[in-house]
Amino acid sequence: MDEGLRSELSKQGIFTTTLEDLYNWGRKNSIWPLGFGLACCAIEMIATSMARYDLARFGAEVFRPSPRQADLMIVAGTVTKKMAPQVVRLYNQMPEPKYVIAMGACAISGGPFKQGYNVLKGIDRYIPVDIHIPGCPPRPEALLHALMTLQQKIDEQVLTGERRPRHLNADVPGEFPVPEYGEHDLVPTNNPDVWQPPALVRED
Amino acid sequence: MFMPSQTNPYLFLFLLMAGAVLFAVAPLGIAWIWARKFSPNKPGEQKNAIYECGLESKGDAWVQFRSEYYLYAIIFLVFDVETVFLLPFAVSFAQLPVGAFVAMIIFLLLLAEGLVWAWQKGVLTWK
Repeated sequence: MDEGLRSELSKQGIFTTTLEDLYNWGRKNSIWPLGFGLACCAIEMIATSMARYDLARFGAEVFRPSPRQADLMIVAGTVTKKMAPQVVRLYNQMPEPKYVIAMGACAISGGPFKQGYNVLKGIDRYIPVDIHIPGCPPRPEALLHALMTLQQKIDEQVLTGERRPRHLNADVPGEFPVPEYGEHDLVPTNNPDVWQPPALVRED
Repeated sequence: MFMPSQTNPYLFLFLLMAGAVLFAVAPLGIAWIWARKFSPNKPGEQKNAIYECGLESKGDAWVQFRSEYYLYAIIFLVFDVETVFLLPFAVSFAQLPVGAFVAMIIFLLLLAEGLVWAWQKGVLTWK
């Protein structure tokens, strides 16, 4: 719809919208996170949902105990290699459309435990992460900002056409492969469709 | 509310009920049509898994329990039924005629007999 016509109509008190905008508006204001925390970042996540920071202002206060009812996975904390398959499996069990916020240094890169033999160096090696929040731990304001950024992202998603998100494409598989415990590491060490190790370029 | 005399006075109830049913069914219908039009169905082995805790379920849910546990159920019932009847018995104890008192004592003895039976069977000894 023409922007000029829309603004002209709104001056006359006639509100126009598209189905897509209405759909995204409803979706972005009712993001239900999956209630699960892995480490200390979960404390900040809990603080965000409580009265002082009040996640409910964004319609995202309904933490669901089941992945079947959740839209958003907040990976709050250190993902150990023992825990990674469970996280991926939970992500697979969430209904589409689903989003992931990797909260804190550990979830995005391994953080202070990066050198540990048992710590996954970022959950984005296995599942597609929409928003990364740095910080150890990030303050509740940072999580709120991540949520607002996610709302912006949802608002810009289209329903049809080439640019539509992957879950609306019938040809793209819905589940992500779950890593298994190998002899020394998880097998595979990353999902190549989601994340590739950075190529080292040496200048002579 | 004005209503012509020839219409059924309960007509508005049916109208309200139809509205209520529509109100409940319409969102489901819209959601169904929306899913058919835009969102492709992608079921999978993990997505349809029974457990929702991230772990894989192991073994079979159809396991057998030992049938000896019925003894615990019976002893529980003895004390349960006793409690249910003892409280009203105690509350109205002063006003009861002798016949009711005797009947109640017989009833209690019947229950106690069940306990004695279980005792003799050796259920009360911890093994």
